[in-house]
Amino acid sequence: MSIIKSTRLVYDYVRLSEDEKSEEISRAINGVDIEVLDGEFIAILGHNGSGKSTFAKHINALLTPTEGTLWLDGMDTQDREFLWQIRQTAGMVFQNPDNQIIGTVVEEDVGFGPENMGIETGEIWNRVNDALEAVDMNAFRKKSPNKLSGGQKQRVAIAGVLAMKPKCIVLDEPTAMLDPLGRKEVLQTVRELNRREKVTVIYITHNMEEVIHADRVIVMDGGQIRMQGTPGEIFSKVTELKSLGLEVPAVTELAYCLKEKGLQIREGILTIDELVDEVCRLSSKI
Amino acid sequence: MSIKLENINYAYSVDTIMESAALVDINLEIEAGSFIGLIGHTGSGKSTLIQHLNGLIKPTSGNIYYNGKNIYDKDFNMRNLRTHVGLVFQYPEYQLFEETVFEDVCFGPKNLGLGADEVRARAEYALDIVGIDKELYNKSPFEISGGQKRRVAIAGVLAMQPEYLILDEPTAGLDPGGKGEILNQIAILQKEKNITVILVSHSMEDVAKYVERIIVMNQGRILYDDETRKVFAHYKELESIGLAAPQVTYILNKLKESGIAVDTSLITIEDACREIYDKMAGAERKS
Repeated sequence: MSIIKSTRLVYDYVRLSEDEKSEEISRAINGVDIEVLDGEFIAILGHNGSGKSTFAKHINALLTPTEGTLWLDGMDTQDREFLWQIRQTAGMVFQNPDNQIIGTVVEEDVGFGPENMGIETGEIWNRVNDALEAVDMNAFRKKSPNKLSGGQKQRVAIAGVLAMKPKCIVLDEPTAMLDPLGRKEVLQTVRELNRREKVTVIYITHNMEEVIHADRVIVMDGGQIRMQGTPGEIFSKVTELKSLGLEVPAVTELAYCLKEKGLQIREGILTIDELVDEVCRLSSKI
Repeated sequence: MSIKLENINYAYSVDTIMESAALVDINLEIEAGSFIGLIGHTGSGKSTLIQHLNGLIKPTSGNIYYNGKNIYDKDFNMRNLRTHVGLVFQYPEYQLFEETVFEDVCFGPKNLGLGADEVRARAEYALDIVGIDKELYNKSPFEISGGQKRRVAIAGVLAMQPEYLILDEPTAGLDPGGKGEILNQIAILQKEKNITVILVSHSMEDVAKYVERIIVMNQGRILYDDETRKVFAHYKELESIGLAAPQVTYILNKLKESGIAVDTSLITIEDACREIYDKMAGAERKS
C-alpha cells in the first residue's frame, strides 16, 4: 500500500515585482515521481535549495502542486475537501523547536492538536499520555517547555504531532540545532515510532550518519530525484555524492580511503562495527 | 596579545527566585592567533561565555582583560573592543536588514567612520572570502537562498576586520558542501591573517578537523581545556555530559580492543586511514 504517491510533480515559486507588473518564476520542484509505502522510513538528502523542503511541504498540503499531482493516503492534496484529513494524516516537525511549541506546559502543548480537532476531553488525555510515553517525555509533562533542552523540546514537538495520530510524519532537519545527545534522542525516538507504531517517516537531513538506518535514501538536486536506493547503495557512490554537495558518513569515508590505498575492503560499509569487522577479517588473513 | 577571563561568575535573574548560575569560576586565556573550539551541551553556558568576550554581558563577578587592560575600567573604550572582537550569532541571517546585500555588509565599516572607498574595499574583501559573487551585490538580502544569507551575515562581521572572530554554530542547517566551504575559508583566513577564531559547534567532526584547542563547558564550568586530541581521548566522559567524540575515535578504539594496535589519539579520517593502512601493511611485511 502506498501512502504517498506523486506524478510529475512541479512547483514554481512566483514572485511579483514591486510594481506588480512582471513576475519572476523559480522552479523548485521539477518533475518528481515518488512512491512511499506504508511504514517505510525514507531519508531525503540534497544540498540547500535542492527542493527537499518544498517537496516536504507538499505532503501535507502546505503547498499544492503547480503541475502534476500528489496523493496522500489516496487523497489528492489539491482537493480542499480533504484538507483537514490530510493535515491529520501527515504531521510535520521543523528545524527549530522554539517555533513549534505554543503551550506553556508540556502536556498542554501536546494536547493542542487533538483539542483543535474537536476530540472529547477524555480521549485527548489518552492521546497526550500515549504521545508523551512514545517520546519518553512523561516525566516532564508538567514542566514549562522553555526549561527543556533542545532535544527534549524537539521530542515534545514530535509528541504534539503524534497526538493527532498521523499515519506519516515528515521531519525537516529536526536535529540541525541540537547537541550530540539531543540528536541521538530525536533519531532514536523517530526510529522507534517507525519500528513499533509503524508510522511512515520522511526524514530530511544534512547529517549523513542519521541516514544509515533508513529503508531508502532519496537524493534530490535541482528539484529532481537524482539517486535513490538503500543507504548501502547510495553511500557507495562517494564521488557522485560529493559532486552534489553532499558527503558520506565518516565510517564510509574511512572505508573508501582504505580501499583507495589498496586494502580489499568491501563496498557499502555504514557502521563502525561493520568497518571494524572488515579490518579484523583482513588482518586475520595476513 | 590575548583575552583573559579571571574568576568569572555570571548568574541570570540575580536576587530573584529565578536566579540561576550560568557561569561558575571561569578562568581562561584566549591567545591571539589560535583556532579554538568551544563545545558543550545545550544550556552549558557556551553562548553566555562568548558574550563576555566582547563585553556584551557584564559578569556578576570577576575580571576580563583585553591585551592586559581591564575592559570594565572607566577609561576603557568598549566600542573599540567590539570592533576588534567580532561575534557572529546563531542564525545571523535574521539580522540582515539593508536593502541590498552590499549595503548590508557595508553597514559595519561605515559605522566605524571609514571613508567610502575603504568601506567599499572592505565589503568586497569580506564578500569575496565567503564566496558571494558580484552578481548578488545588488540583490535584496531577503531574496537570496538561506545558505547565501548566512554567508552575507558572516561577511558583515568580517568586513569589520576583527582580530578575534567568534562564531556561534556558523554552519547549523547548511549542507555539507556549503559547510565545508565556509569553514575552509575561515581556516585560511585564520592562518593568513593570523586572526583568532573561536568556533562554537555541536559537530565533533568539524571541531576535530579544524581546531587546535578545545574548551569543554558543562553546567557553567570548564570541564576540559586542552589540545584537541587530548580532549577527545576523554570520549567516555564527553558522552556522559551529552557530547561525543568524532566517529574516528570510536573506530580506532574498537580496533584496538579487537587487537589491532592503532594509535587511538588520531581524530581525522585522513590520519586514521594512514594509521590503519600502515598497521595492516606492516603486519603483512612481517608475516
